[in-house]
Amino acid sequence: MDFAWTIVALVALMALSWRFLGAYMVAVYETRVHFLGFVERPIYRLIGTAPGREQTWKRYATSLLVFSCVFLLVDYLIFRVQGSLFLDPQHLGAVPPALSWNTAVSFVTNTNWQNYAGETTMSYFSQMGALMVQQFVSAAVGIAVAITLVRGFARKGSPTIGNFWVDTVRGCLYVLLPIAFVFGIVFVGQGAVQTLAGPAHVRDALNGVTQTIPRGPAGFMETIKQLGTNGGGFFNANGADPFENPTGLTNLLSIALLLCIPVALTYVFGKMVGALRQGVAVLAAMTIIFGAWTAFTSYAEHQPNPAVAAAGVMHQPTGNMEGKEVRFGDTQSALYDVASTQTSTGSVDGSNDSYNPIGGFGLLTGMMLGEVSPGGVGSGLYTILLFAILAVFIGGLMIGRTPEYLGKKIQAREVKLAGLGILVMPITVLVLTAIAVSIHAGRAGPLNAGPHGFTEILYAFTSQANNNGSAFAGLTGNHAFYNVTGGIAMLMGRFAIIVPTLALAGTLAAKNVVPASAGTFRTDNTMFVGLLIAVILIVGGLTFFPAVALGPIVEQLSHGRFFGVSLAHLAALALPHGIAHWKAVL
Amino acid sequence: MLTYLRRSLLLALVLTVVLGFVYGLVGTGVAQALFPFQANGSITKNGSAIIGQNWNGYSTTKILDPQWFHGRPDADDPLVANGKPGFSGATNLGPRSKVLRTEVHALVVAWHEVGVDPTTDLVTTSGSGLDPDITPQDALVQVPMVAKATGIPPARLRSLIAHETQGPELGFLGSSVVNVLQLNEALAKLR
Repeated sequence: MDFAWTIVALVALMALSWRFLGAYMVAVYETRVHFLGFVERPIYRLIGTAPGREQTWKRYATSLLVFSCVFLLVDYLIFRVQGSLFLDPQHLGAVPPALSWNTAVSFVTNTNWQNYAGETTMSYFSQMGALMVQQFVSAAVGIAVAITLVRGFARKGSPTIGNFWVDTVRGCLYVLLPIAFVFGIVFVGQGAVQTLAGPAHVRDALNGVTQTIPRGPAGFMETIKQLGTNGGGFFNANGADPFENPTGLTNLLSIALLLCIPVALTYVFGKMVGALRQGVAVLAAMTIIFGAWTAFTSYAEHQPNPAVAAAGVMHQPTGNMEGKEVRFGDTQSALYDVASTQTSTGSVDGSNDSYNPIGGFGLLTGMMLGEVSPGGVGSGLYTILLFAILAVFIGGLMIGRTPEYLGKKIQAREVKLAGLGILVMPITVLVLTAIAVSIHAGRAGPLNAGPHGFTEILYAFTSQANNNGSAFAGLTGNHAFYNVTGGIAMLMGRFAIIVPTLALAGTLAAKNVVPASAGTFRTDNTMFVGLLIAVILIVGGLTFFPAVALGPIVEQLSHGRFFGVSLAHLAALALPHGIAHWKAVL
Repeated sequence: MLTYLRRSLLLALVLTVVLGFVYGLVGTGVAQALFPFQANGSITKNGSAIIGQNWNGYSTTKILDPQWFHGRPDADDPLVANGKPGFSGATNLGPRSKVLRTEVHALVVAWHEVGVDPTTDLVTTSGSGLDPDITPQDALVQVPMVAKATGIPPARLRSLIAHETQGPELGFLGSSVVNVLQLNEALAKLR
């Protein structure tokens, strides 16, 4: 019953975001909002641009790529020299080169895959000056790309698609900054930590236990981490850490924050193309997929954990609590993790690795569908629009007419670009997973043996190529092999999709509009919503079913069988407690 | 190309200052002004009210101290988070892991030794390894153990648990919980 009320509250919050945040974002990207002009105008003067100066898609794409590369280098340098900078009360020293590379790529691509533990690796300078900055900037860049695609549909015969610098700055200042700030105060009020003082040392007089408590400026990072669908937490445990996500209320607000912009963007889409129903159709497809995945994942997590049952606790009325926090419980944890994997957030409020097999299947496949339900900030909308183009193409083939979407003729070039954007992710995931399971360096990564170990590897590349960032965290990613291949997956999943999307925006903007007629294939009714969902599920299913069958599906079907831990992993890790301890346990 | 590079570098620096330091430091200032207790980690004299602690050497190799209520087996269990104290994280053991089965079984045995039939939460580790809470049911199953060790009547302990039970927030957000540190502080006053 509590879960039902949580869903009701979430739907209400989403309805408000859709209508009001959506309308506000339309105004922001049509440059009708100016209350931060005193910050905005000097920035434009400094870099030599202005809102009116529009760019072709090629210039837009070049600006985006150069800007991302430069920022990547700046952040890399910050990690490398953090030991010599201020705001380092724990004297953590420089981050090693391979890890710095992986982390810089991870945050610039909006992935926030973390091969490090925040509290023992990153100084406050790096957390605030590099990681948190990218949580704003990469999100604003993603939204900007979605806006250009919407402009592509909305404009007629236009050679330009907008100004990259202006779109990015406005996204940061007007959309992300105010919302993150207001909710940052709420999170701290609930108990999130926000201080520049170093760790606290406390001795409990009752039992004599001494405790070192890591602290830091985490509360305000938490809100932008969710709002920008970034997911990189200040602490290692991410949204499960009580200092990041202290209460049931912050848990619901986290879910609302990470869903609100992707949901509102469907309003922006409908409004800017002049037909709100078109946005509603896209939102309906997103909602149906999200609802189905939430239902079966929550159900799976409400079931007993097989290993705990085998150890003698048969009665598990609170569901699978291994790796979950008591204050959230089983189903609300599952809701958070589903929302986080179906956007590009990837923050977790429990251990995904300890989910029941079908629960883990829910999280993994949510990403495999391309993160379109509702997807990351910007990336969710532009990816589902690529699927929509594919859907109208297939619809057009069925009725034997040149397909149109929103009055734009969908021809060979558009279908090729959309197809390219859709295929990059599965190719990256499957090729890299195949390489990882074929070589020793790859097989040394997983903690768990058996099908679960395979899932850990598959999950890692799925997460990184989708710019998600969640993990089956038993996998040890901080080794040269995973640092380098993961970096490649993240770059492919980001820029090899963004460039075709911008090219598509350019060609669509240049086209004229074909007036609708009786023979036009409608894209704002139930029929189209069904077709769109079918295309998404069929593409995802055909691509990934064999791989998923080897992981969570085999694990679910292995009744009564249990698997050890991977000894190759332990040898590579050289754990403090040693292999002897683990062998004794086994 | 030079124009792109110059613009990128300048914008990167400006945004680093505005979004990193201005936002972060103003946020810290506001947080410290409005909620100094929470912003500094809710530190009380015996520990943090927010971050759970390992209640008296709770691990599979040690015997549970029956005089106190216990939280979830996490903070410095050698299997959690590679055994680093102060380092948050979960076991990440899968649902069909032999290790998880063995670990949970050892905890079940440890609880049985002190006369408690444990609930799920008391033998599984949390997502953060720092879970400060247990459910009221998790506390109630420990009542006979604490009553025997301290001589406080079970009825008194049960009303103490009822008094310390909080939430769910707004009636539906999250679960009903008992904060282990607060429960033990209240217990200490009875003794």
